Amino acid sequence: MTENVTVLMDESGIKRALTRISHEILERNKGVRDVVLIGIRSGGAFLAEELAKAITVIEGGAVPVGSVDITLYRDDIKSHAPHLPVGKTEIGFSLQGKKVVLVDDVLFTGRTIRAAMDALMAHGRPECIQLAVLIDRGHRELPIRADFVGRNVPTSLKENVQVVFNEQNQPLEVVLEK
Amino acid sequence: MAEFKHRNIIALRDLTKGDIELLLATAENLREINSRDIKKVPTLRGKTIINLFYEASTRTRTSFEIAAKRLSADTVNISPSTSSATKGETLADTALNLLAMKPDIIVMRHAVSGSHYHLAKKVTCSVINAGDGAHEHPSQGLLDLLTMKDKFGRLDGLKVAIVGDITHSRVARSDIQGLTKMGSHVYLAGPPTMMPPAAERLGSVTVCATMKEAIQDADVVMMLRIQQERQGKTLMPNAREYSRYFGLNPENLKLAKPGAMVMHPGPINRGVEMSSYVVDGSQSHILKQVENGVAVRMAMLYHVCGGELE
Repeated sequence: MTENVTVLMDESGIKRALTRISHEILERNKGVRDVVLIGIRSGGAFLAEELAKAITVIEGGAVPVGSVDITLYRDDIKSHAPHLPVGKTEIGFSLQGKKVVLVDDVLFTGRTIRAAMDALMAHGRPECIQLAVLIDRGHRELPIRADFVGRNVPTSLKENVQVVFNEQNQPLEVVLEK
Repeated sequence: MAEFKHRNIIALRDLTKGDIELLLATAENLREINSRDIKKVPTLRGKTIINLFYEASTRTRTSFEIAAKRLSADTVNISPSTSSATKGETLADTALNLLAMKPDIIVMRHAVSGSHYHLAKKVTCSVINAGDGAHEHPSQGLLDLLTMKDKFGRLDGLKVAIVGDITHSRVARSDIQGLTKMGSHVYLAGPPTMMPPAAERLGSVTVCATMKEAIQDADVVMMLRIQQERQGKTLMPNAREYSRYFGLNPENLKLAKPGAMVMHPGPINRGVEMSSYVVDGSQSHILKQVENGVAVRMAMLYHVCGGELE
């Protein structure tokens, strides 16, 4: 941890943001028909679970949830990936014709999202892919934007934004490290 | 979990327990790709892999090639009949010529034990051992470990019997290295003519006088192939006699634990080291081994790409 840490969102703030995003997802897709949530490991996967719970509370009926590990689809593989184990991709259903809501914790350069979209395409042809993120911190390097945003946070490139999870993988707070 | 720092994978003897755990964990997670409709990920796009096989192989070469292609690498196969080795070129010269074409990984099988260490000194790309003489066959060792781990959820404390031609078996050497590092107990049995002098020095293993002793209460029975190409006619009187004393059949399999796994690195001499009843029986995991081979080799190719110069 660096000495200069600011809390951007607390637990209840995150919860309200996720509830609002759930409503927006339902509004945009006119319900849960054909909607599936796919979280990007690891933070996005935890948030996808939270969104699914919130959607069930609002609408009733379960939304399928999957997770995707983007290690194999990175564009910077030489620089760090092969030292570390590859995470698991768990999509227990076909994405053919589904409205996929891709979930990530922090949207930054957009490269992770690009990799995740490539990964999804290997599991069928979705009707569409929408993007939900808890934090958009700017600095895009690819033409990618989020459909659902918890909070826009202007940041400098030297800063780091992190979503902190507890041991049950529930979001606790969002912090900005300088 | 540990980071993988090796540029080459030549022997399980050279890897730590952490390295092996990492390779198995990656293989478990890569396995899902092999059951997709589109069995390909772009991870090793632009990498060139040369499969240099000085000895005959169907399973291992195909498995390495499929593994490379599923990761989007480009593969070239070179076999002895079509290579300049038949024209008298040395391994070192072949290696330098191949290196001039800028491969990223050379996967080699060679009849001479230790030839990969020689190769690795000559080249700057990664070297993966697909079997060298009677030394090691690390990808087979890893896929055996993965297949056992799938069934038992652990390797620690398992009793594994390895039966057959230990002297000539590189599979046995890799299995012994891998299994003992992961905490399994290894028991060896085979005809005295096929047991290397001081076999107990292969690792912390128990050398048994009879097959019965080795497979008694075993969790896993690993049968080795009689390597007719590597031995003269003097090591066993005939296949029938071998089968009688060191063959696995439904009768002696009952000595092992109920539901014990039966494994074999292939190709099988049916009726010699194993009866067909066992090969095709419910305890046989032979085809599962082959299936896991692709995932394990994907993990090896993936991790050596991030390795550092040793």
